[in-house]
Amino acid sequence: MEKFLTVDADKCTGCRLCEQVCSVMHEGVSNPAKSRIQVVKWEQEGVYIPVICKQCEDAPCMNVCPVRAISRDPDFGFMKVDQEVCIGCRSCVGICPFGAMGYNPTTRQVFKCDLCGGDPQCVRFCEVNAVEFVPVDRVSTQKKRRGAARQSAAERQATALG
Amino acid sequence: MALDRKIAYINLSTREVEIKPIPLEMRKKFIGGRGMDAYLLYNHAPEGCDPLGPENPLIVSGGLLTATCASATARTHVMAKSPLTNLLGSCNMGGFFAPELAWSGFHHLVITGKSDKPVYLWVHNGEIEIRDAEYLWGKNSTDTQWAIRDELDDQEIKSMVIGQAGENQVTYACVMTGIKNAGGRTGMGCVMGSKNLKAVAVRGTMDVKIAHPMDALEHNKKFIDQITSAKVNQIQGALGTPFIWGATNCWGGVRTRNFQYNQMEYADEIEPEAIDDIATETIGPHHMTGCFGCQVHCRAQYKIQSGLYAGKYDEGPEYTSLGAFGAEPDCKSAETVLTGNHLVNQYGVDNLEIGSMIAWAMELYELGILTQKETEGIDLRFGNDEALLQMVHNICTRTGWLGNVLADGGIPAAEKIGKNAFDYLIQVKGMNNLHSDERATPGLALNIATASRGSDHLRSRPAIDLYHLPEPVLRKIYGSPVPYDGPLSSEHTEYIGKSWQVFWQENVYMAVDCLGICKYHTVFLGATLPNFEDWPKVIYYNTGLEFTPKEIWDAAERCNNLERLFNLREGLTRNDPKKGDTLNHRYFDEPCRRGAPDVIGKKIDRDKFNVMIDEFYDHHGWDKEGVPTSETLQRLGLENEPTRLL
Repeated sequence: MEKFLTVDADKCTGCRLCEQVCSVMHEGVSNPAKSRIQVVKWEQEGVYIPVICKQCEDAPCMNVCPVRAISRDPDFGFMKVDQEVCIGCRSCVGICPFGAMGYNPTTRQVFKCDLCGGDPQCVRFCEVNAVEFVPVDRVSTQKKRRGAARQSAAERQATALG
Repeated sequence: MALDRKIAYINLSTREVEIKPIPLEMRKKFIGGRGMDAYLLYNHAPEGCDPLGPENPLIVSGGLLTATCASATARTHVMAKSPLTNLLGSCNMGGFFAPELAWSGFHHLVITGKSDKPVYLWVHNGEIEIRDAEYLWGKNSTDTQWAIRDELDDQEIKSMVIGQAGENQVTYACVMTGIKNAGGRTGMGCVMGSKNLKAVAVRGTMDVKIAHPMDALEHNKKFIDQITSAKVNQIQGALGTPFIWGATNCWGGVRTRNFQYNQMEYADEIEPEAIDDIATETIGPHHMTGCFGCQVHCRAQYKIQSGLYAGKYDEGPEYTSLGAFGAEPDCKSAETVLTGNHLVNQYGVDNLEIGSMIAWAMELYELGILTQKETEGIDLRFGNDEALLQMVHNICTRTGWLGNVLADGGIPAAEKIGKNAFDYLIQVKGMNNLHSDERATPGLALNIATASRGSDHLRSRPAIDLYHLPEPVLRKIYGSPVPYDGPLSSEHTEYIGKSWQVFWQENVYMAVDCLGICKYHTVFLGATLPNFEDWPKVIYYNTGLEFTPKEIWDAAERCNNLERLFNLREGLTRNDPKKGDTLNHRYFDEPCRRGAPDVIGKKIDRDKFNVMIDEFYDHHGWDKEGVPTSETLQRLGLENEPTRLL
């Protein structure tokens, strides 16, 4: 079953360990600017949201690439950049609606999440499970269950008030 | 590469900036962070310099491992001569500032001189700029940070700033970063204010190359598992540092009413669980946050529920805020604790010091040493929440006679208040104590008496002494990397063996401060957490530098001796009540009145205390006056200091 990287921002503590391990895993350096995952923060409200590549079905990055450097990996289903082909034009960086494409000024090429070839390090290191790697069909059932629990709690509260 | 991070010298008077590499031999000797800062301070601060004068260097740094692939290495260390103690000034904070400093290409900034108008430093990718801060002057700590981000149009900028307390040169003003990360102790924010330096803003996208990336990654996973599997860290991750509040109060270790009592009545009202409920209601069930790369996430988030500041977001309160706005002034409302915590974060002032100062003034008021004339109508009795919060405002803004006097720090304030006010000031080296009571725990008392920055628990506290660990376990911990076959006792009320434990802890804490690691990741509150034996691999995988456990110990000892040399040079003598390794007379004269049966009636025995100090000096290779002998200096390679190599 194909797996999907999913984020629960409520759980994120904003520590950015995922950025650290991602850049070390992929580039051998610690540098959040080269991480495939980035935590967007509103510190003044205590809100932290990890931003990741959604591996879109109709992927704008793939569609916009003038040299067809971006394609879907047949084994794991993620969108991958062929570094042999990438010309560093950054069209994909500009068009990605999530800001999930990065540009590496050292190699002068773009980079993106490759799910670490099936064992995403961001997930492995996230103790609070704000980022999870789950089978595609399970994401929505998990969300349903959580949504239903919230709704039921709210209904009980409303009944009590009534 | 961590090792290619640079040192920058910034003179705010001449506006000159000089950037230099850090030689490898200096890394081997002083590692980085606080240790290297101690070297820089000893070498750059002229003897007897005015802490608020232009020649006092303000040194800002990250640790050797900061921003590498090592867990929880986000600590920023700041050093200068302290305006509070006139001795070593040193503070340490978490957050995201130090890693950003490393990604911008620097490990150490040495800031001297004084600007004639408010400025801030803009440090980015190897460059340093001095910029106008007139529009920032008068702003609180968070508004300053957001304004800099807006001005430079980059929301990822991390800044170390001062609030109004630093501008007004309150001698215990903090440096702040983020919402509540504070370099709290010894008034480093006051030094910043004296230089007209409002902020240091940093942003970097430079690689920190990892020497052995895959090994570093795998080792980091093991390290994190070791750290998060410790029960103490799991509970910290749920409740923050106040988790220790209830237990400490039960046995009688919470300093209450300016050290009159060792236990707070009605402590349940401000138990972390009570505050936790508020946070859960206002923020949600997952209301904890962490510093860079840390899985302990010990910082609680909350919104104030009621009162003047209802709806304001903040983080904490830490154990010290419970002491400062709960036990010490004997106030028992969670709202007061959360509001007080918010005020100190916004003004940028040391919560511990300000809480102790106000509690001291409250006792003086109840004794009649201070009257309504000095307080200008404020009814400054214990338990008056309103008066407590009013005094926080008055001190930070230097309003009124008393606010202004208390803002100068304990010893100058005692002189201005007169009578026997000094006798009630619970201080060591001019700095107030943590809100814990050490009368029943000689090891902890020795720690605060001898800590290099004045009364403080994060320099050498053998906190695991309270766990009554079996002697073989203690021997395993305290017998490495340097063999120790002297006495050790599992009993926390004992005197024997404590001097070695404090000596050992002093070196552990120095080592983590050099590496940039948080103290919750070493033998502080958890006995199973990493120490000397565990660090060589982390250092090697991340930086390529080879250290043995003993070499780390030696470097830590070297740095501790440098701090000692600085303090001695600036006037520390063993028995000086204002600048020495001693305690307030209450420790020796007034027994604990509350607490567990083995605590009630306990006080520190003067003779046994003196023996402990003798032993402690002896472990260091210091003479009876606490001065390092020439053999010790030679052994540590310090005989020629100051050497001005950096």
